[in-house]
Amino acid sequence: MSAAELPATHYLNATHGLKSWLLTRDHKRIGLLYLLGVSFFFAIGGLFAALIRIELITPAGDVFQPDTYNRIFTTHGIMMVFFFLIPAIPAVLGNFLIPIMIGAKDLAFPRLNLLSWYIYMVGGAFSLYSLLHGGVDTGWTFYTPYSTAFSNTYVIATGLGIFINGFSGILTGINFIVTIHRMRAPGMTWFRLPLFVWGHYATSLIQVLGTPVLAITIVLLALERLFHLGIFDPARGGDPVLFQHLFWFYSHPAVYIMILPAMAVISEVIAAFARKRIFGYHFVAFASIGIAVLGFLVWGHHMFVSSQSVYAGTVFSVLTMLVAIPSAVKVFNWTATLFRGSVSFETPMVYAFCFLGLFAIGGLTGVFLGTLGLDVHVHDTYFVVAHFHYVMVGSTITAFLGGLHYWWPKIFGRMYSEFWGRLSAIVVFFGFNATFFPQFVAGYLGMPRRYHAYPEEFQALHVLSSGGSIVLGLGYLIPIVYLLYSIKWGKPAGDNPWGAIGLEWETTSPPPVENFAAPPVVEHEAYEYAERAERLGAAPTT
Amino acid sequence: MSQEIRMLPEQASTVAGQVDAIYLWLIGVSVFFSLLIAGLLLYFAIRYRRRAEGEVGGRFDSSTLLEITWSVIPLVIVLATFFWGAKIYFTMFRPPADAIEYFATGKQWMWKIQHPSGQREINEMHVPVGVPIKVTMTSEDVIHSFFIPAFRVKSDVLPGRYTTLWFKATKTGTFHLFCTEYCGSEHSLMIGKVVVMEPEAYQQWLAGGPAATSMAEAGEQLFGQLACSTCHQDGPTGRGPALAGVFGSQVRLASGRTVVADENYIRESILNPQAKVVFGYEPIMPTYQGQIGEEGLLQLLSYVKSLAPKPAETAAAPDAGGDGSAR
Repeated sequence: MSAAELPATHYLNATHGLKSWLLTRDHKRIGLLYLLGVSFFFAIGGLFAALIRIELITPAGDVFQPDTYNRIFTTHGIMMVFFFLIPAIPAVLGNFLIPIMIGAKDLAFPRLNLLSWYIYMVGGAFSLYSLLHGGVDTGWTFYTPYSTAFSNTYVIATGLGIFINGFSGILTGINFIVTIHRMRAPGMTWFRLPLFVWGHYATSLIQVLGTPVLAITIVLLALERLFHLGIFDPARGGDPVLFQHLFWFYSHPAVYIMILPAMAVISEVIAAFARKRIFGYHFVAFASIGIAVLGFLVWGHHMFVSSQSVYAGTVFSVLTMLVAIPSAVKVFNWTATLFRGSVSFETPMVYAFCFLGLFAIGGLTGVFLGTLGLDVHVHDTYFVVAHFHYVMVGSTITAFLGGLHYWWPKIFGRMYSEFWGRLSAIVVFFGFNATFFPQFVAGYLGMPRRYHAYPEEFQALHVLSSGGSIVLGLGYLIPIVYLLYSIKWGKPAGDNPWGAIGLEWETTSPPPVENFAAPPVVEHEAYEYAERAERLGAAPTT
Repeated sequence: MSQEIRMLPEQASTVAGQVDAIYLWLIGVSVFFSLLIAGLLLYFAIRYRRRAEGEVGGRFDSSTLLEITWSVIPLVIVLATFFWGAKIYFTMFRPPADAIEYFATGKQWMWKIQHPSGQREINEMHVPVGVPIKVTMTSEDVIHSFFIPAFRVKSDVLPGRYTTLWFKATKTGTFHLFCTEYCGSEHSLMIGKVVVMEPEAYQQWLAGGPAATSMAEAGEQLFGQLACSTCHQDGPTGRGPALAGVFGSQVRLASGRTVVADENYIRESILNPQAKVVFGYEPIMPTYQGQIGEEGLLQLLSYVKSLAPKPAETAAAPDAGGDGSAR
């Protein structure tokens, strides 16, 4: 299984020079360009998170001025949500893997794919520039009428960056949808698709349908700010709650843009390291579509105390309860996959276990928030902050890192240090829980979010949280070192270092520019470990 | 102050115990499922760990019965939780008929509280224990949110409209009042305290301050000053509708629609009188936008409310204003 050397030519060394990267139409290289982009914006967002945690060590607002603090948490949120969490998995791993997994040479629209990266970088640079030169203090949620009539900060410039970036997501979504429909290899039927592809298909639907609503909302916001049209500002006859409806109509599904690809990665990793077909393949696939559809119908659960009618709140609450079910079904299926599996514990699998732990807590606390009478108390407290970090950040990043480690040998052809890999996964898990678990307690005790100074009784919990964030930060830094090291000095991985099944493991590591030496033909189901072993004459374990 | 370790905030209102109960129930459910999943994962991972390099997993990979089971059981649990949560929510948003009405105005970055008897406070709210209190709230600028953790009540406070919440304090003491909707520079300083007192102590506290005009009386004076009374006379002769008994009644509009004359309707009728003209009247009322502040509006509102028949009188004397069934 171990090849002594990397293949002579592959997508990384086929052409040379900066221009060959900046003008590439190869989905694999574009995936790596995205990896640089999302890592950069993650570093910026993380830096601002560190500033927040420093300020909150003491109850008095003694490190930053209030206006500075408000810009810090806004920058943290905008960078992380729009420029890291939303693109991270689809634009990096999805870009790299979807064509290979379905046996195609590239995405359907390679030029559009490169354009989407440039749009993303321009949007990100624009937002970052306005956030650093003057800044924005509205929070990433831009609630009106504060954002339209009261804030004296660079709302429109930042919004424009997010607006521009939206097109990147829409283009990527269209590209994925068309590719999955039109470019599957012979024999790759819908129900032979890896669940990674199903998850990204569902994600793409949300991106294409939801992102335009965000764009419209930003335009309306800008119109009110610039021309004082009375859209959201009640002093001009507008309705401030209308903004919240529009905003959450996109931004709630946006959470699923972050978590569905994470779930997609976890399905792949668990199948590979249990060497077993994912339990309930069809249920897991349709759960993704179910989440994507129901995800559009629950936005009002952000507004239980917003003056929305009590009856509307009731409907949104019951729909929120329903959307919990497909997520629970996925967790049960992943668990059952291990039953009679052949389980090993390499770094990606350790990350998958971490994901399951964090996602379980994040998902279950979502039920707390969907419960009407309970949400009234915890709404806009640190309970909410903890919940959405568990789901959007903890789950998405552990899945992203797990996936990155799983496909790293495919992407670069070399192995990283297993010891450091496992260690960093464990450090991330404990650091994350130490940072965010105390916030559930603080939130239920009444600690409001976005507070620069706070009453003394919350200090112990904030200190725990800040201490945990040091561990968490360390956990995110370690992989940078050993992963970069492995690109140059890692052991050659061979085509299939994990003994996994999937078209990506049938080509060389790194793959050639056209992905496969000869176009593949698919004859079997996904994850057919037991069946293949029987065909080859070896008996399965159990 | 002793730094005791707390997992729940103090329970100081009638709903606090209900909220904590459903919270503890969900913690129980979460712990159960987390341990179940973690236990199974660990057990399977160890029991089925890979023992030989070329080994693969077995074939057992689908079961409709299992899928139905682990869909239906969580569904039943979340739906039961939904009904329980909705019941508490309805309780929270339906003030008892005998609640006394406070007013709160949010403003960057302070809370202005007004008692029914007219006393004003800033960032402090004195209330009697054991009495249901309804707070009618509005904002002078951006969205704020009125949150008393010890009472487990919260509602956003919006510019241009009224929202309400209610509570009945169950113990005396001083409790946090927080703004929980981000509202700009000094959001984290928009905090105050709620002081719950024994009713006699509260009466003494009220008497201790400067003599105040009640909200309704102040509204009546304003009603005269703004010359509202020229048109809104008693009886059917006025150019505007008579206001006695209007609050809480069904009002027929010129458009043929019927609306309930609640707080937001009265507010709109003062600031934007052309929006909902009462059937049978000409749209001649000028707007009072910019002429009355939020507090003046609340006083006028209290005055109009004070003209409404008491629930008992309603039953005895159903008049042209409707039957007041909005309660």
